[in-house]
Amino acid sequence: MQAYFDNSATTKVFDSVRDIVVKTMTEDYANPSARHLKGMQAEAYIKEARAVIAKSLKVQEKEILFTSGGSESNNMALIGTAMANRRAGNHIISSNIEHPSVYNPLGFLEEQGCEVTYLPVDRAGHIDLTQLEESIRPDTILVSVMYVNNEVGTVEPVEEISRIIRKKNPNTLFHVDAIQAYGKYEIRPKRQGIDLLSVSAHKLHGPKGVGFLYIDSRVKIKPLIYGGGQQSGLRSGTENVPGVAGMGAAVKEMFTDHTAKIDRLYELKEYAETKLSQLPGVTLNNPPGREGAPQIISASFEGVKSEVLLHALEEKGIYVSSGSACSSNHPGISGTLKGVGVRQDLLDSTLRFSFGLFNTKEEIDYAVQELENLLPVLRRFRRK
Amino acid sequence: MLYQSFLIKYAEIGTKGKNRFLFEDALVSHICHALKRVDGRFDVTKDAGRIYVTALTDYDYEDVVEALKMVFGIAWICPMFQTGEKDFELLKRQTVDYLAQVYPDRHKTFKVVARRADKRYPVPSEQMNRDLGEAILDAYPEMRVNVHEPDILLRFEVRANVVNIYSEMIPGPGGMPVGTNGKALLLLSGGIDSPVAGYMVARRGVKIDAVYFHAPPYTSERAKQKVVDLAKLVARYSGPVDLHVVNFTEIQMTIYEKCPHEELTIIMRRYMMRIAERIAAETGSLALVTGESIGQVASQTVQSLAATNDVCSLPVFRPVIAFDKQEIIDISEKIGTYETSILPYEDCCTIFVAKHPVTKPVLKAIRKSEEKLAGMIEELVETAVSAREVIRCG
Repeated sequence: MQAYFDNSATTKVFDSVRDIVVKTMTEDYANPSARHLKGMQAEAYIKEARAVIAKSLKVQEKEILFTSGGSESNNMALIGTAMANRRAGNHIISSNIEHPSVYNPLGFLEEQGCEVTYLPVDRAGHIDLTQLEESIRPDTILVSVMYVNNEVGTVEPVEEISRIIRKKNPNTLFHVDAIQAYGKYEIRPKRQGIDLLSVSAHKLHGPKGVGFLYIDSRVKIKPLIYGGGQQSGLRSGTENVPGVAGMGAAVKEMFTDHTAKIDRLYELKEYAETKLSQLPGVTLNNPPGREGAPQIISASFEGVKSEVLLHALEEKGIYVSSGSACSSNHPGISGTLKGVGVRQDLLDSTLRFSFGLFNTKEEIDYAVQELENLLPVLRRFRRK
Repeated sequence: MLYQSFLIKYAEIGTKGKNRFLFEDALVSHICHALKRVDGRFDVTKDAGRIYVTALTDYDYEDVVEALKMVFGIAWICPMFQTGEKDFELLKRQTVDYLAQVYPDRHKTFKVVARRADKRYPVPSEQMNRDLGEAILDAYPEMRVNVHEPDILLRFEVRANVVNIYSEMIPGPGGMPVGTNGKALLLLSGGIDSPVAGYMVARRGVKIDAVYFHAPPYTSERAKQKVVDLAKLVARYSGPVDLHVVNFTEIQMTIYEKCPHEELTIIMRRYMMRIAERIAAETGSLALVTGESIGQVASQTVQSLAATNDVCSLPVFRPVIAFDKQEIIDISEKIGTYETSILPYEDCCTIFVAKHPVTKPVLKAIRKSEEKLAGMIEELVETAVSAREVIRCG
């Protein structure tokens, strides 16, 4: 039996996604900017995807910018707005638990003369709103916060954050990294006061290498990539038609019977929570059930190294991640886990189980059964 | 294409008396094998102390030189112009052409060195030197003769049917053709030292097999893949390497449970050596090779090395034993294994490394600790050896 519980790293694509990707690669493969009929047919896929995505957020179609994925969207949001709003100021606010694709562009901007304030989080992983309010200044051009934390599934109070920003400085832009949230939550940028929103397709059963950035039409932003002037000059380069079409198909399917789909994810999550907490020496670090994201469980296994447990599970066909897969090549202790107060001795004993729509309760039963067998054996061996 | 052939010079194997043909044949066969990796067809022939590589089709010059630089036994690679014409006037014209093509900028000094292996050639060597030099000076007034430190040393070799002209000499890797000195088993880890040790021993003409101790789930599949990749990199020089992957988990766990924690590493290494000897005996290796270097880690103090060596009856070659780390790194960079060696996949889980391991193990104490394993470890070793996976690398 196989159990793939690493859906926050990436997902298997829906069949509808695979089909449209193949079709746009083998039949409707023309350059969407070409003047001929075949070019127009390719362009139709882009338009369709744009329409589906805009509708999912209730925003205008021209406010969707296609990118190569979540990292590019985050880079574009941060660097693009900082470059375009230099006269307004150079202060940016973010948090201590962001993804490296937010951290590292911020580091780059600091080198370019920007000043960045990193807000701490409380035990639940929520950013400190009082400190946020105190940190906003007349020269604060941007606040960037993640919607759902990728390691523990904490949901940030996006609307409250937005209200505080508007109150203190109506000119400050609000960027939300929604890479783990889009497709799981109903997001309404206009209502929630979000100016920029980053999304990646492969977290919601779409293809890798494609994503989008929602940019409110009033936002001043500069491109990162210059060239032939595609996408109104904001992101040059021939559009990734198969990727964009695949993302459109994934969004369409994800938001069909959306509530039922999310309920199913919560059912899996809550089932796994119950089962896992019955095992001895297991602590859950994620907000329980509906208090957190529907797809993420963070579990610490006392007396076991996460790396060892990960490989022991992989031998049984069970795939999970230690920390965030994007950063697990750098053996360092997760800032997020520390931030939410995971015990020092459990930091290196923590695994993330993340669910997708293809998972079943049987897979969870299987994984829990294997854990029950493995844990006592692995716990016999500790470093002395 | 300017160079249609290469003259291969070998040094050490020239001295091997009656066995010389064995060394030459091995070298020819390794050159053929190395050239299989590059596009084009080549003829490789022996001719009295010389090996020629002649291209029969179009080929990529850089690729061929790169491939030849990995064949042990080659001292020099000389791209050459070969002519079958024996007419001396024609040879002069060809010499002038050769210089035009190889040296676009001819503001250089030169010296001609002609040798006649075929003494029937009508022009004596000394006269060849003079006349060819004259022809060059006539054609290129910007060139000057310098017999002591010429920029270009232009060599002519007159042989029975051909004249070889060459002036470029690219150093080969030296050493001896692999397989002319028996076979040894390399204990290969994912580190920097062991691939270098394997390279060094292979360079002395020794065929190499390798053994890797895999301990899932305490070491990952990526760590194993890294060792396979390293074996392939070594195999570019040594020829195909049989990598024996031994599952060490059960043995490691048993030692952990029965023996003092600070002796874990030494006892594990003793079992690795024992297993390596068993595999060597089964597969015809006559020695073991390790990347150990005195004092590098706790298990490589002289006391620890002695304790590990205690279980071995085969000779154990440790070619980097007295090298500084930086010297080993320099070689690994030169042979192209460094980048792979420093990938961050651990090949031993820290659970099995004591925080304070013994650095001066006492042999008697270690042997006594191992007695606690009696009755169970033999079967585990047996299983590990017989269930090993063999991966052909290269």
